[in-house]
Amino acid sequence: MVLAVPVTVPYARHSTKPAQWWAARALKALADGAGMSHRDFDGLSVSSFSLAPDSTVGLTQHFGLSPRYIEFLPLGGVSGVAALRRAARAVQAGDAGVVACIGADGNAPQSFRRSLENFSRASQDAVYPYGAGGPNVSFALIAQAFMADTGLTRADIGRLAVAQRANAGLNPEALLRAPLTLDAYLGARPIAPPIHLFDCVMPCAGAEGFLVMREEAAKAQGLPFVRLAGSIERYNAFPEDPVMLRGGWARDVDVLWSQAGMGPQDMDLVQTYDDYPFVSAMQFADLGFCARGDLKDFLAARDFTVAGDLPHNTSGGQLSVGQAGCAGGFIGLVEAIRQLTGVAGARQVAEAKRALVSGFGMIVFDRGLSSAAVVLEAA
Amino acid sequence: MTRKKSNPLLRTRRPLLPPGARSRSAHLLTAAAARGDFVLPCCAGCGRFLWPMAEGCPACLSEVGVKAAPQGARVISATTAEVPAAPYFRERAPWRVGLVQMEAGPQAVVHLHPAAQAGDKVVLRLVLDRAGQAVLNAGPEGGEMSDPQWQAMVADPRDRRVLITDARHVCALPLAQGLAKAGAVTIHCGLPEAWKPFPGRAALQAVPGVRIVPLDVISDRSVADAATDMAGRVEIVVNTADLPRPGGLLGPVAQVEARAMAETVQMGLLRLARAFGPALAGRGADGDKGGVAWVNVLSVFARAHPPGWAGYAAAHAAALALSHALRADLAAGGVRLVTVLTGPTEDGWFQTVDPPKVTARALADAILKALTNGLEEVAVGDVAKDLLARLEENPKAVERELAQGGLTG
Amino acid sequence: MSVLKALVQALGSGGVRVVDLTQTLSEDFPTIVLPPEFGPSAPVRIERISRYDAAGPAWYWNNLSFGEHTGTHFDAPAHWFTGRDRPLGTVDTLPVGHMVAPACVIDCSAGSAADDDFLLTREMVEAWEAEHGLVPDGAWVLMRSDWSKRTGADYANLRDDGAHTPGPDAGCIRWLVEERGILGFGTETIGTDAGQGGHFDPPFPAHHFLHGAGRYGLQCLTNLHLLPPVGAVLMTAPLKVHEGSGSPLRVLAMVEDNA
Repeated sequence: MVLAVPVTVPYARHSTKPAQWWAARALKALADGAGMSHRDFDGLSVSSFSLAPDSTVGLTQHFGLSPRYIEFLPLGGVSGVAALRRAARAVQAGDAGVVACIGADGNAPQSFRRSLENFSRASQDAVYPYGAGGPNVSFALIAQAFMADTGLTRADIGRLAVAQRANAGLNPEALLRAPLTLDAYLGARPIAPPIHLFDCVMPCAGAEGFLVMREEAAKAQGLPFVRLAGSIERYNAFPEDPVMLRGGWARDVDVLWSQAGMGPQDMDLVQTYDDYPFVSAMQFADLGFCARGDLKDFLAARDFTVAGDLPHNTSGGQLSVGQAGCAGGFIGLVEAIRQLTGVAGARQVAEAKRALVSGFGMIVFDRGLSSAAVVLEAA
Repeated sequence: MTRKKSNPLLRTRRPLLPPGARSRSAHLLTAAAARGDFVLPCCAGCGRFLWPMAEGCPACLSEVGVKAAPQGARVISATTAEVPAAPYFRERAPWRVGLVQMEAGPQAVVHLHPAAQAGDKVVLRLVLDRAGQAVLNAGPEGGEMSDPQWQAMVADPRDRRVLITDARHVCALPLAQGLAKAGAVTIHCGLPEAWKPFPGRAALQAVPGVRIVPLDVISDRSVADAATDMAGRVEIVVNTADLPRPGGLLGPVAQVEARAMAETVQMGLLRLARAFGPALAGRGADGDKGGVAWVNVLSVFARAHPPGWAGYAAAHAAALALSHALRADLAAGGVRLVTVLTGPTEDGWFQTVDPPKVTARALADAILKALTNGLEEVAVGDVAKDLLARLEENPKAVERELAQGGLTG
Repeated sequence: MSVLKALVQALGSGGVRVVDLTQTLSEDFPTIVLPPEFGPSAPVRIERISRYDAAGPAWYWNNLSFGEHTGTHFDAPAHWFTGRDRPLGTVDTLPVGHMVAPACVIDCSAGSAADDDFLLTREMVEAWEAEHGLVPDGAWVLMRSDWSKRTGADYANLRDDGAHTPGPDAGCIRWLVEERGILGFGTETIGTDAGQGGHFDPPFPAHHFLHGAGRYGLQCLTNLHLLPPVGAVLMTAPLKVHEGSGSPLRVLAMVEDNA
């Protein structure tokens, strides 16, 4: 199974347009990029928080498609990986030939706060009433425990944010491109300590997409593609942990690398789910790049910029490009396809052949419930 | 008097509420918090405690209820929300939030005492927040009163102005004394039928801050006049207006007295609610000491209706029914409606009721405790508690038992 | 000139003045207090329906409720057990001719000021007659106590043993009814009887003898100090309440200058 036609509908901080509009723009970009009519996509997978009252089925008529496979995956940070895994199985099983996978969300000035109110029942009952609405406070509580456990300081974690901002400088579509120094990171306004301003993503509107098909189909269509080498997905991985010090990747990491027939050391670039940089640090440990206890040294030793020895979140990631709802679960995957097909422009990582993309999502109060990862390989 | 005067040139802060949406099952916690009980969701099958409320136990998928639980916990991590998402918290930021490991088993996000740090032992309480919904508050044992976040959830009389609507009620004097001791700056005491002798006047007037004012809840004009004078300047209303008259339906004066009781208890509450309610609710966020609570002192006969107290029970039942509308109106301002259900008191009209009676002091103490602990439903006295427990257990039996002569007038 | 024409002229010229003897019917005016085992009178209540507002944009009106014996009010014979068998004993059947009648005003203000339990005696009335002539048949006798100048608790004057207000003694009222044939007896206090009249023999003698003889009572009157001892004419029309025992009413007196 292969992935092709990485598309990004350039993000906007706020937008008058609804999720349907952003999905339509992404679908058109996929059709244009594939050189096909969108009516020839016989699979459609959509991830969105703000599509209500629609789901994917309503969009088929809205967009004039007649697919034989649809999926609606409003799974936040694992949306992209989950969409890929399901689409790949569908294509493998013959249920679809070409699946358009789209993550899209709008963002009006007050829509983010309103979406928080309806995020989950646990959040409604046990988080939002505590002044902990929105992810910042919950992640602050997790970050504090994680930092206490690993000995990481804000300065250690800030290296990731600073590197991503440098990467964003090479991405004209990133919403936040002004250079960020470690001092500025450390001196930023506290939001909910240890979370400070530059630990937080900026909610925005946007869409991402890619196509999943058989390798032969991509070749027949003349499309550059990347291969899916391995993938994992897990929900509520460690229910007994009192607080999240590790994600579900830690439970499935061996499966991932054995499927892929590769190891962390083989990766030319990594795209983690960066709703907060400390969560990226957690993914490096859980996905086998270093032991959790060695994170401090690992973060200090590696260069995470595009030109560095471990390019990470090369588009600038959500921290610099913006978090467009469920598109945030696609951003790393789409960027990895771009890098491995050599179309990343100014931020192209040299000799990029293999990439790890991970996803993370559905924060409750003491943990994120979802984890996923894929290993991609250039054709 | 330490009450800070407001600046008349500034807009009075409009009431905002913390997020109030809850799952239906979560209101089992609301009910416990209303009474001041500490319960947690608990699996009916395996008995493990859960958080938050669930529809199925994650261990055995049995049904989940609530059960009294140990209140101890340890702070896993703590943060200070400097920029909370919800507007209510944003205007009160920084807000202290913690993640705790409960002795009962689960973890929870809690409102955290400012001094508590990761690793500290804390005591959890379920308390109703300004939205009237149950939340977990964590503080050191006995140290809550100093916590501004705790203060934002309870109805502490300190530095507030109180109206006791009927100074002739048996509990008026000890209540005024208790309020004064608790730091209330002004205690208006409404005096109905001022042309009748009021033997308690001197004792009441001796209480610091007490101001005896004409107020007769059966008169539109009297209530309106009192509201004109006071509605914007009281933060707590304690409605003590009552007219206990024993007798069944067939008593010689039953009809006249039933009407009189309804006028005082039911219609009196209605008049007070219309005159004082909007101003109280509108001032729910008027500084740290804005409008905060309305206490209805009602008879437990509002819930269980002895045939020997037919008209009295009907008046109180009607007032209880009305109070739910008042509760909803006050809730818009974050102002709490407290229902105090008392057993027969030492009032002479309960002379023939068998003991135990509720002493005036016990009733006053219960009202004060309800305010300072942020309660919404209080039963006072063994008779009231017993009746309510029996009602919950077997309401038909209560009906039959009362018909057979329990609690005759 | 016809009598009525002359009256109208006199009213117009001020030769005849109309004096209002009525207390304002209000919610905070004291009412009779009975031992609580007896049924209480409903107090006066005035409930606004609308006042040029959302409940009635162009009009103002109230709902009124009160007991028959509240405010300045009229006691019909049927009010007391002694008058229960009197014909025309309720306010709806009352002869309208009785509603306009002369009044004798006996000034007891000095005595009432000195003694809350002041009692009007036959001797005092006879002394008054020595000066002003006999009380005529069919006249009201009004006991001026200046009690109406009191308000609130002073007016009700309730103590542990009940109300303490002036009134007639039993002998006096019986004599007025039986020997002078008065139409009725009026006071400024709550009740035609003294506050402690329940302890008299018979209890509440004014009620007992007046109503037993088919005569009337007026209470909670005011402005009696504006009336001459003789010569005033009272207009006392109670509400025509079906089988009513009494009712609040507007009591007017016509007073002729130099009468």
